[in-house]
Amino acid sequence: MSATTTTSRRGLGVAASRRRRRMLVLLLCALGIGAAAALALTAFRDNLVFFRSPSDIVSMASPDERAFRLGGLVEAGSVVRDGTEVRFRVTDGANAVAVFYRGVLPDLFREGQGVVTLGRMRPDGTFAASEVLARHDETYMPPEVMDALKRSGHWNPEQGAAPPAREWNTLEPAGGTGR
Amino acid sequence: MLRQSQPNAGPNTPGHPLLTSPAPLLHRFANPGRFLRATARIMPWAWGLSLAVLLPAAAWALLVSPADWQQGETVRIMYVHVPMAWLAMAGYSGLAIASILALVWKHPLADLAARELSPVGAVATALCLATGSLWGRPMWGTWWAWDARMTSVLVLFFLWVGHAALTRAFEDEERGARAGAILALVGVVNLPIVKFSVDWWNTLHQPASVTRLAAPGMHVSMLGPLLACAAGFSLLFATLVLARVRAAVMERRVEALELARARAADRAPAEAVPA
Repeated sequence: MSATTTTSRRGLGVAASRRRRRMLVLLLCALGIGAAAALALTAFRDNLVFFRSPSDIVSMASPDERAFRLGGLVEAGSVVRDGTEVRFRVTDGANAVAVFYRGVLPDLFREGQGVVTLGRMRPDGTFAASEVLARHDETYMPPEVMDALKRSGHWNPEQGAAPPAREWNTLEPAGGTGR
Repeated sequence: MLRQSQPNAGPNTPGHPLLTSPAPLLHRFANPGRFLRATARIMPWAWGLSLAVLLPAAAWALLVSPADWQQGETVRIMYVHVPMAWLAMAGYSGLAIASILALVWKHPLADLAARELSPVGAVATALCLATGSLWGRPMWGTWWAWDARMTSVLVLFFLWVGHAALTRAFEDEERGARAGAILALVGVVNLPIVKFSVDWWNTLHQPASVTRLAAPGMHVSMLGPLLACAAGFSLLFATLVLARVRAAVMERRVEALELARARAADRAPAEAVPA
């Protein structure tokens, strides 16, 4: 304890061994808690995903009766608007699911954009969404850089996510588009 | 002055550990008097440097840096949101280190540092959540979603608030500090979950943009002000915590002096103790 005023050799030795014991206890606790957390997260892995991909849904044996979330990219050229109703296809590259939605779309919604929709499968295989959220990727760039990438044919935003950053974001300003 | 020793406090006076600290090597640097003297010189510079970095960084981020090609001006929320998220995590790492120092080495300033860190960390985490919500509404279309990233950051916020409350919930300050340190260390398990939630599970929140500085997923014209803001907010965070620890040390000295004076007055009511 901090009130020890004994500075004898024996007192210091006892303090050191106590310290070592406290360190050991702490280390063991850390191991236990870490293992428990890892096990719990592994057990709940399936419930921790926020959305399912079109491939997950295609591989599902029977369509789920309950509402769930479907996520992926809005397929290029698939968006058909009719008043407040909109139909589009959500793809993950391998498979695509047709989605029907009536309501207000978020500002970021466009072809090639990531979306997460909440809804139910209908018997005809289309997904009736009651909520559509936009999901944006981890790239940030000024409009001029995007225009330059588009003009040079490096990237068309309607085809999906931006190319790997090292192709366009070196620390040198690219083609006079940087500041 | 506050620095004087207590002439009336005998060896049996149950003083605060800060006033009766033994002096092994580690504790020599934790001498509260030395801490106050050393930091008194630093404080004006710490405040000055924080503002000198943060104000130009904020101007750079809010006025000079470009808008995002798809998010427009909304992207400027990032310059507060991301530094607050980083500070919530880095601050919690600091809390864990202080807790280890307090539990294992009984470092006399570590308990105080942990106690004074948690309200600041809670505010940073709350700002991270609030700005994230304000950003999510226009961009994603929702204020909140129970995805792994947002839920784990909410848990981090509860850990901060819980630590702040728990350390102050005991009559005996040392017991409170001990309980708080244990809670803080148990909560460390949440840090990797917050960090890797966007990689381990699919989430509404996007993965990290700034992982490798060589090729970040963010154009340099936005990365520059972001890093400047992060530096400014970090300096301000550290300065606030330092100021709080200084105030806490002084508060305890005043309490100890008042206690000693009251004792002296009890012992010898005839002779008044000179101030």
